[in-house]
Amino acid sequence: MRRHGSVTAVDEVSFEVRRGEFFSILGPSGAGKTSVLRMLAGFEDPDEGDLLIDGQSMLGVPPNRRPVNLVFQSYALFPHLTVFENVAFGLKMRRVPTPLIDEQVCQALTMVKLLGKEARLPAQLSGGEQQRVALARALVNKPAVVLLDEPLAALDQQLRQEMQVELKSIQEQAGLTCICVTHHQEEAMMMSDRIAVMHQGRMWQIGPPRELYERPCNLFVSRFLGVSNELPGRVGGLVGEHRLFQPVDDEQPPLLVGTASGEQAGRSATLSLRPEQLRMARERPSPSDQVLPGRIEKVLFAGSDTKYLVRIGHDRLWEARMASGADLASFAPGEPVFLHWSLSDGQLFFE
Amino acid sequence: MGLFFLVPLGLVFAISFASRGTYGGIVWEFTSANYLDLLHPLYGKILGQSMWYASLTTAICFVLGFPLAYVIARSPVRWQPIFLLLVMLPFWTNFLVRTYAWMILLRHDGLMNRFVMALGVVDAPLELLYTPTAVVIGLVYGYLPFMVLPLYVAVERLDPLLVEAAWDLYASRWAVFMQVILPLTKPGIVGGCILVFIPSIGSFITPDLLGGARSMMIGNLIQHEYLVVRDWPLGSAVSFVLMTVVMAAVALYYRSASRTDGPWEGR
Repeated sequence: MRRHGSVTAVDEVSFEVRRGEFFSILGPSGAGKTSVLRMLAGFEDPDEGDLLIDGQSMLGVPPNRRPVNLVFQSYALFPHLTVFENVAFGLKMRRVPTPLIDEQVCQALTMVKLLGKEARLPAQLSGGEQQRVALARALVNKPAVVLLDEPLAALDQQLRQEMQVELKSIQEQAGLTCICVTHHQEEAMMMSDRIAVMHQGRMWQIGPPRELYERPCNLFVSRFLGVSNELPGRVGGLVGEHRLFQPVDDEQPPLLVGTASGEQAGRSATLSLRPEQLRMARERPSPSDQVLPGRIEKVLFAGSDTKYLVRIGHDRLWEARMASGADLASFAPGEPVFLHWSLSDGQLFFE
Repeated sequence: MGLFFLVPLGLVFAISFASRGTYGGIVWEFTSANYLDLLHPLYGKILGQSMWYASLTTAICFVLGFPLAYVIARSPVRWQPIFLLLVMLPFWTNFLVRTYAWMILLRHDGLMNRFVMALGVVDAPLELLYTPTAVVIGLVYGYLPFMVLPLYVAVERLDPLLVEAAWDLYASRWAVFMQVILPLTKPGIVGGCILVFIPSIGSFITPDLLGGARSMMIGNLIQHEYLVVRDWPLGSAVSFVLMTVVMAAVALYYRSASRTDGPWEGR
């Protein structure tokens, strides 16, 4: 736990990271992610709780004695030192013999594809190259954990996507254990073995990206990891293995939702569906699917797929997504449609 | 502007090659006797002494001024102008008055002596006033703000993340200072040292009032030649020697400072 004055920035955060794992802490700004990272690096101390690396407590151990290296969001490269000297800094501080420094720095620079630029100063490098130097400067020390603070945030979109792939392959190749802090959900999902979703100083859910996306534990996690089409209502009685769900909105017909929970009938809940789980049809589809009628509000062509914003009832817009090029009848704005989905897809969140 | 600087300078240069009239006037006869007179060991001793006092003053100002500047630059932004104002506050009163105040403090029965005696550090009052120590104390006091201000600017520009990065990369606090803070604040350090060294080496009020006869500095010599002995040509020659020494020192300093000496120098 960590308090900043009266504000508790991080509370009851507990997680374990396995060796060689890429672990991301994902959350909106102000969630307390950076505080966690600074505690791991040793710049801040937790007010309560403990922090173990390889079974050893790191409480009270200053940053220069922790087997942990941080890749700063702004890179924080030493402007007066060359690329070589920047990367060699940590080794030199640990008094590694010079021939060994040369060898290891070269290895690290090869890994990040910067060989031949050893003599440059950071100011003479592009943003992507600076990012690589920052990465090399950390991984050359072979730390137990590499901490990444929004590692790709300063790069433009294209470079960012390239670096995501590259960072991941470097991590796998070098067998690094990484803890990455980011607010970018796609980035976290693509690079991580596991993700912890953080909000208001707490970790809400920890798990592999797929599990988090498909089985979020609450609405916040669901919304943060992607588009969540929602419908508030009340749960009703059991129908076989499913439960009735009465939307609160209108005179919508009751729906069936597959849920394992034994919540009391009459409790308010929210139904959530991912855009890709929804299908659209002009005619009322097969009775095995759950159906909601709606009207197309907007058609957004986005290249590989097309987004449809569909108005459900009065004030609810749902997003459906169809792959472009599929042999689907194209829909036009204003058309009435039926949205339908498999019984197993919808998910209920209780308040 | 250049004219106002160069014309008097030319005049002084010219006078330094003239000779002294019987009653203190200037006789326009070319001679290099003034410069040859300066070869006398006494003058060399005064010059050396001045350089020693000025160097010591600069070093002490740096040691005191750096932490001060660092603390100010890293304090909350709204407090910084107030701290800087406090640093410059002494300039609001006359330098002469402030030096007199130091005389009172350093006197045989002054505050300083009463204080150390009350603490029981010494039994008899220390001989402080009219010693080289008093001169250096006075100079440090007078020129410390000139050191603090450029250092403050330099530290303020230093990204605190660089300090954290070095610390994270296994650097001890001393290594962080030597490898990162010092090289990156060098322009401020050079500026501060020059701003302290130049007025220190040429000062005459401080050694005159606090130093007594034994700690004469070159500024006193110039003043003495001009106003007491009324030997303007000799005084001008001394001025020129002083200026040459200062310029040489500054040039040397700049050269050593502009060289990038990272930790892998000579690799």
